[in-house]
Amino acid sequence: MATGRDDFVIAIRSAFLKKKDKQKFSLLTLIVLSIFVIVLSNFNFKAIQFLKLGINEVIYRSSHIASIPEKKFGDLISEIRSHYDLHESHQKELIKIENIEQFKLLNDFLTAENEKLRELLDESISSNEIFARVLIDKDSPYLKSVVLNKGTKDKVKIGMAVLDDVYLVGQIIEVNYTNSRALLLSDLNSKIPSVLEPDDIQAVISGTGSDFGKIEHTQEDYAQDLENKEIIAYTSGLGGLFKPGIPIGKIDNISDGKINFFSDFTQLNYVKIVSYKIGGEG
Amino acid sequence: MSSLNKSPFLRIFLSYAPLIMLFFSVFNEFDFNYLKLDYFAFNFVHLLIFFWTLRNPDQLGYLAIFFAGIVNDVVIGIPIGISSFCYLILCSVTAYIRNITLSPNFMKDWISLLFTILLINSIQIIILDLVFLIKVDYTNYLINSGFTFLFYPIFFLFFNFLNERISYQTND
Repeated sequence: MATGRDDFVIAIRSAFLKKKDKQKFSLLTLIVLSIFVIVLSNFNFKAIQFLKLGINEVIYRSSHIASIPEKKFGDLISEIRSHYDLHESHQKELIKIENIEQFKLLNDFLTAENEKLRELLDESISSNEIFARVLIDKDSPYLKSVVLNKGTKDKVKIGMAVLDDVYLVGQIIEVNYTNSRALLLSDLNSKIPSVLEPDDIQAVISGTGSDFGKIEHTQEDYAQDLENKEIIAYTSGLGGLFKPGIPIGKIDNISDGKINFFSDFTQLNYVKIVSYKIGGEG
Repeated sequence: MSSLNKSPFLRIFLSYAPLIMLFFSVFNEFDFNYLKLDYFAFNFVHLLIFFWTLRNPDQLGYLAIFFAGIVNDVVIGIPIGISSFCYLILCSVTAYIRNITLSPNFMKDWISLLFTILLINSIQIIILDLVFLIKVDYTNYLINSGFTFLFYPIFFLFFNFLNERISYQTND
């Protein structure tokens, strides 16, 4: 029995401490080093912050370069696919354009009316837009996020909204000197205060880790009120970060509380990073 | 064919192949770990590290694995050091198996892999969920562990072939 235990101890000691011919460090040294890195990354000392920024900058850029061949290949496939679907998509687009023209007229009227009402309330919303390119959109089972090519040097700040055209796709959670990371709405950690129209019901849209979101923290009988209606979720502006009325997604079936985002997060190439200033100071 | 076998470029490329695959998979956007398919994903990096540190540790240094973990953490956006720690735990298990095994056996390796990936995924969940308060999907982890285990035989054949080529080139 004692011999068995000795063998176990020898095997463990050898595994952790013994270095093979080409190994420069023992496993134990590197495990201790990785624990040290995990602990250190939690501290917000200036030196550590600079080191983290440096590592992020180098690795994001390298990852972007390493992904270029794969991206080109993906672009080529989608180009071939769009070529084959040209006729069908053209017919669909014609119908869409006709509908959009009708909506545009209505929208122009509503926008003008909305501006007049805001003037009466003495409330103004000003926004600052920064256009950014998606450097890395590596999906992972842990975090749904994208890396953008604008950082503190372009005045990007944590909490700014990220839009794809007019649709909300996420918010900035990490900023480096020349790049930043945006957490997508689909991430489990994403919570956006929103309003469900047309019934003006307040809710929180949470990410699920999949390509859809779910409605949380809302009134219990909201599903009955919204039955058989087309429901669109917009930002409510209650968090103070986003302006009210940015479209988030559409709910097809109210009973399961599932929301389909307007934007396809896998196809993001260029986005807008936007900050809003809401107030009556004019 | 024999001239191809003696090509210095091929010899160098083969000797660095595991390292190239490791860094290519952590740097690149394409990830077997998330294939945009429902209920299907596996961790290629875990399979790669498990095989090479078990069968031919000279081809994949621990320091390189440590740096690959750092790169992986930065690229996918989780706190730095977690992947390195998990990869090195994987290396510890393979080093232990190597020390207690006289003749390598595929079935024993395969069963050990299951316990090892369950262990390292549990460690990762504990660190992310309980320490850093980052929400994670447990089902994803479970599915990932299952498919990583199931895919080992396929990658074993591929890595074993590569390992034989490397040994052949080195001894040539």
